Amino acid sequence: MSESKKEVDVHSGVETTGHVWDGIKELNTPLPRWWLYIFYITIVWAIGYMIAMPAIPALPGLGTHNTTGVLGMSDRHTVEQKVAELHAERAAESTKLLDASLEDIETDLNLQQFAMAMGESAFGDNCATCHGAGGRGAKGYPTLADDVWLWDGTLEGIEQTIRHGIRSADDADTRFSAMPAFGRDGLLTSDQIDDLVQYVLSISGHEADAAAAARGGVTFQAQCSSCHGVDGHGTRALGAPNLTDADWLYVTEDEWRNGTAPDEIRGVITNARNSHMPAWNGRLDDATIKALAVYVHSLGGGE
Amino acid sequence: MEAHAWIFFTLTVAALAVLVLWAGSLKGRDPFDQTVYDDTIVKVGVGVSMFWGIVGFLVGLIVALQLAFPNIFYFDQIGWLNFGRIRPLHTSAVIFAFGGNVLISTSFYVVQRTNRARLAGGLWPWFVFLGYNMFIVLAATGYLMGVTQSKEYAEPEWYIDLWLTIVWVAYLLVFLGTIWKRKESHIYVANWFYLSFIVTIAMLHIVNNLTIPVSLTGSKSYQLFGGVQDALTQWWYGHNAVGFFLTTGFLAIMYYFIPKRVNRPVYSYRLSIVHFWSLIFIYIWAGPHHLHYTALPQWAQTLGMTFSVMLWMPSWGGMINGVMTLSGAWDRLRTDPVVRMMVVALAFYGMSTFEGPLMSVRTVNSLSHYTEWGIAHVHSGSMGWVGFISFGALYCSTQWLWKRKSLYSLALVEWHFWLATLGILFYIVAMYFAGILEGLMWRAYNEYGFLEYSFIETVEAKHVSYVIRAVGGGMFLTGALIMAYNLIRTALGHGEAAEGEVTSSAPAALQPAE
Amino acid sequence: MGIMNKHETLERHSLALTIGILLVVAVGGLVEIAPLFYLENTIEKVEGMRPYTPLELEGRNIYIREGCYVCHSQMVRPLRDEVERYGHYSLAAESMYDHPFQWGSKRTGPDLARVGGKYSDSWHVDHLKKPQSMVPESVMPPYAFLADNKLHFDDIEAHLKTLRFEGVPYTDDMIANAKSDLMAQADPNSDYDAQDAFVARYVAAAGRDNTVRIADYDGNPDEITELDALIAYLQMTGTLVDFSTYEADDLDNRR
Ligand code: HEC
Ligand code: HEC
Ligand code: HEC
Ligand code: HEM
Ligand code: HEM
Ligand SMILES: [Ca+2]
Ligand SMILES: [Ca+2]
Ligand SMILES: [Cu+2]
Repeated sequence: MSESKKEVDVHSGVETTGHVWDGIKELNTPLPRWWLYIFYITIVWAIGYMIAMPAIPALPGLGTHNTTGVLGMSDRHTVEQKVAELHAERAAESTKLLDASLEDIETDLNLQQFAMAMGESAFGDNCATCHGAGGRGAKGYPTLADDVWLWDGTLEGIEQTIRHGIRSADDADTRFSAMPAFGRDGLLTSDQIDDLVQYVLSISGHEADAAAAARGGVTFQAQCSSCHGVDGHGTRALGAPNLTDADWLYVTEDEWRNGTAPDEIRGVITNARNSHMPAWNGRLDDATIKALAVYVHSLGGGE
Repeated sequence: MEAHAWIFFTLTVAALAVLVLWAGSLKGRDPFDQTVYDDTIVKVGVGVSMFWGIVGFLVGLIVALQLAFPNIFYFDQIGWLNFGRIRPLHTSAVIFAFGGNVLISTSFYVVQRTNRARLAGGLWPWFVFLGYNMFIVLAATGYLMGVTQSKEYAEPEWYIDLWLTIVWVAYLLVFLGTIWKRKESHIYVANWFYLSFIVTIAMLHIVNNLTIPVSLTGSKSYQLFGGVQDALTQWWYGHNAVGFFLTTGFLAIMYYFIPKRVNRPVYSYRLSIVHFWSLIFIYIWAGPHHLHYTALPQWAQTLGMTFSVMLWMPSWGGMINGVMTLSGAWDRLRTDPVVRMMVVALAFYGMSTFEGPLMSVRTVNSLSHYTEWGIAHVHSGSMGWVGFISFGALYCSTQWLWKRKSLYSLALVEWHFWLATLGILFYIVAMYFAGILEGLMWRAYNEYGFLEYSFIETVEAKHVSYVIRAVGGGMFLTGALIMAYNLIRTALGHGEAAEGEVTSSAPAALQPAE
Repeated sequence: MGIMNKHETLERHSLALTIGILLVVAVGGLVEIAPLFYLENTIEKVEGMRPYTPLELEGRNIYIREGCYVCHSQMVRPLRDEVERYGHYSLAAESMYDHPFQWGSKRTGPDLARVGGKYSDSWHVDHLKKPQSMVPESVMPPYAFLADNKLHFDDIEAHLKTLRFEGVPYTDDMIANAKSDLMAQADPNSDYDAQDAFVARYVAAAGRDNTVRIADYDGNPDEITELDALIAYLQMTGTLVDFSTYEADDLDNRR
């Protein structure tokens, strides 16, 4: 250290290293003890943890695996165990639920609460995305919290819908029906559809052009009544909605208010929506599906 | 890529035109006079850093507002304004544009003065500086146009990566070249840190961006590694972008500007040595803590966790060395808000490097990962540490570069300090709250052992926190605008800065040998 | 103070310092990353994984372009609550053909590793166009423009070739027919022979039926749009591996 000019710092009493860079000097203070000791402790702890857990990979050519640790821990094993424990814990109630009828559930308060808790939990992440929180519904996705049912409002019926879905491509037992796309596929002319719109408006209690509605009524009987019924009350077996009530699948409250409802109805007749609901068989287990049915049944108008 | 070719072409032509004009105006003056420091480039760098900082914070505020008020700040048909495209714009703007320019300009400032040598390489420093900013423009416009690899902090596509590689090698050579020319026998500690930052970023950047373009005329490429191998390479890179860009680089700044500003010797040379080498050795191993409980084999997670815990003390070494350098000058905390800013930076550094190892513990991470807790951690580190130490360096270097005795207004620095500090607190407190809340809600069970909350309920629960975060971000941005104003007036020599020039703190002429 | 004196060498020789730094920072990465390429328990042995179909691949590229990873993870962790909420924990095998990976690091939105098949195509159309129309509390941005953007896939063969170079097992057949496979998957009314050939190719790669789906994903039969591709990708995520044959407790799969 030829050029260095060590000096003692007046304030701290510690020697400098003797170098100066642009006026900056350095003190030769020893390492803080507490700092060094904590550093050592973390190193010792780290080595211990590496011995306990999977940690060291084999060198190439010397092995095909890593050390598995003396504790033999594995996240994947742990979670399988936890889920198995959970299922074991619920096993009694779950089996009971699977075999239970509506009356059983209504009379067994414990079972009912269990089913509701299970159903509500599954509903939030799987169903509410389409059917809205609490089953309030959305455009194109039926409200489940009322007593209007497209297909079937009984406990068994709801379970069937959930398990196999509606028009679901990957389930052979899915509920199926398909309204033809009358306009798109050229089954009806544009004028005829205009008249039908007026007719649908009239039977659902809205203002309509009487002459057009009368013409539409004729077409309706020929083309639509097979599904929606002669009086427009719908056919459950086909999932064809009742067109005379205030409950609409594809027309929102807002659209009634701002006057675009007729356009929406026209759209349905022209293109047909035939929307899908996924089948939950396989994704959800049997008990969860049953619980969901109980939950949906209880929302508003279970039959 | 076509648009980028045009941007590249236009900017290159502009740079060349400026070069010709400049060469014409020289008239016999030696532009590379070895007896004076090259300060012009640092002056421009300070201005550009400030500009990018404001852009980055503003975009941060916009993304924060998008999450708080999605119905107001989203636009159906304007895809390039979507959160997914401008969030990376924010991260790259603050880290690479703001942080990177601060690092490059301060490194040019510090390396000259601590080695008593003018920047090496003639015009090459300008190539580095302009080339780097060209990289930023290409990266940023790319994100908006949808040119991205969607690899966090390494989003730019292959040709932009290649360009950065060229620029970065030039940067390394300019930096080393200046050290080679030095008139000091020893290399100052700040330069070790700068050097480790430059060298390691080169290594990380190259390995993590190994990618094969689909065609040489298109922007799309496919990453060479896939799946789990890509994941670990990415977080080896991502974590060490934090370690070497946001930590060692800014520690280098700390090692020059704090002792210089308070005029006290660095606390401990020995601590410098031990914490420097242990820090850079251990940092590299910690990447897997970003992949806890993922499909990354558990052995690698163990290594990531244990090395992160061992990283705690080496990280704190820098904080101790910085804070203890003030001993004998504690009063400066009261009298000089610039010093206070830099010390608070160290406090945030200490906090986030304590929190980091804690979050690396797997059980803690199982709660914190994926949540706003991570965002809180990031911003205490980046707004608190990176932001404040940069602000300190910008205040100091503006004052010294333009040879002012003082800044335009210390009162405005006070305003900046308090607005930004409160802004950070608003931000991180809101995000810690939101993060722990959502982490707990995700795993909450009802009395029958079923999940209690749906995902969307956890989104709803964060709304108020999002609003508070945006307020904090707005305060932080306001502070930065105040700083920009203050710095411009300082450079112009207004207000308290008007009192003539000083030569002692930062002479343009090389300092004579001691 | 032996070490401190030796350190002087490094402080006096910038090249030695540079090389010293490089050596010290190289170790960690080498020890951690390299073994992932040769240890046998890195990628699980599973049935059902196949390369992305051309349409799914294009969709994935849109997912990448839009930066969905900033909000969505694709990685279900082996934790009880995640397994219950999202399904089976993710395997390394499930992303082995992902260049780059998209595991994500922040969940502003839910995990998407197993969203395939969870919703209908038309739900995705509605949701992507305006998320708040489906989920009023959502903070997800609208992607309505995807429905208007025609999908550009002239160079799809080059994409498959690049991926094959990187180790994704695309066959010559898949590459040669990439364009027709893409069109077949997006249009149920297209040439039936082309559809059959497409399905056969990818089912063979998966070694398992029902791993390929043909649909007009965006509900617009006139055009193949970016929305078609994105939904095709979303609808296949997490559906490939046959978990009934996966042995979680096999030593190579535990870790
Ligand atoms: C992708 C969207 C979607 C999801 C998710 C979804 N559904 Fe549906 N669901 C629909 C649609 C669309 C219909 C109406 C189909 C039709 O008949 O037009 C429907 C109909 C139903 C019906 C029949 C209503 C009636 O009036 O007969 C029930 C019950 C039902 N869903 C329950 C559920 C449950 C429980 C879940 C969650 C496990 C669920 N749905 C998830 C879209 C969805
Ligand atoms: C093959 C059966 C079938 C025929 C024929 C049919 N529909 Fe439908 N219709 C349905 C089904 C099923 C739905 C509801 C489910 C869906 O589309 O998702 C429906 C829905 C509707 C709706 C929407 C109701 C709402 O709540 O939003 C209207 C309006 C409608 N049909 C009118 C008509 C008219 C007018 C005709 C004749 C031109 C017709 N339908 C013929 C089966 C049929
Ligand atoms: C600002 C953050 C954000 C961005 C960016 C974003 N999403 Fe989302 N995403 C959400 C949120 C929040 C939800 C949950 C609420 C909802 O369903 O809208 C969600 C839900 C979803 C879902 C439903 C998942 C489920 O299981 O319910 C899908 C699918 C989805 N997003 C796809 C995408 C795609 C594809 C992109 C990119 C093109 C994207 N998201 C971009 C925030 C985002
Ligand atoms: C005005 C100040 C700022 C605001 C309002 C802000 C806001 C945000 C927001 C809203 C996000 C997205 C969080 C999410 O996805 O949930 C974010 C992410 C991020 N910001 Fe900032 N930010 C600010 C300043 C900074 C600064 C100064 C830095 C760095 C120097 C920074 C670095 C980052 C990083 C690295 C991320 C990504 C975090 C991750 O992926 O985990 N931010 N910021
Ligand atoms: C000892 C030092 C540190 C350790 C061990 C550490 C640890 C961690 C951990 C465990 C995470 C992952 C969170 C998760 O995704 O679960 C994380 C994220 C992050 N940290 Fe730190 N941290 C340290 C210091 C810092 C500092 C000083 C900064 C900023 C300057 C910083 C910036 C970040 C950023 C930007 C991320 C987000 C990465 C992402 O996009 O997911 N960290 N850190
Ligand atoms: Ca890149
Ligand atoms: Ca289409
Ligand atoms: Cu990290």
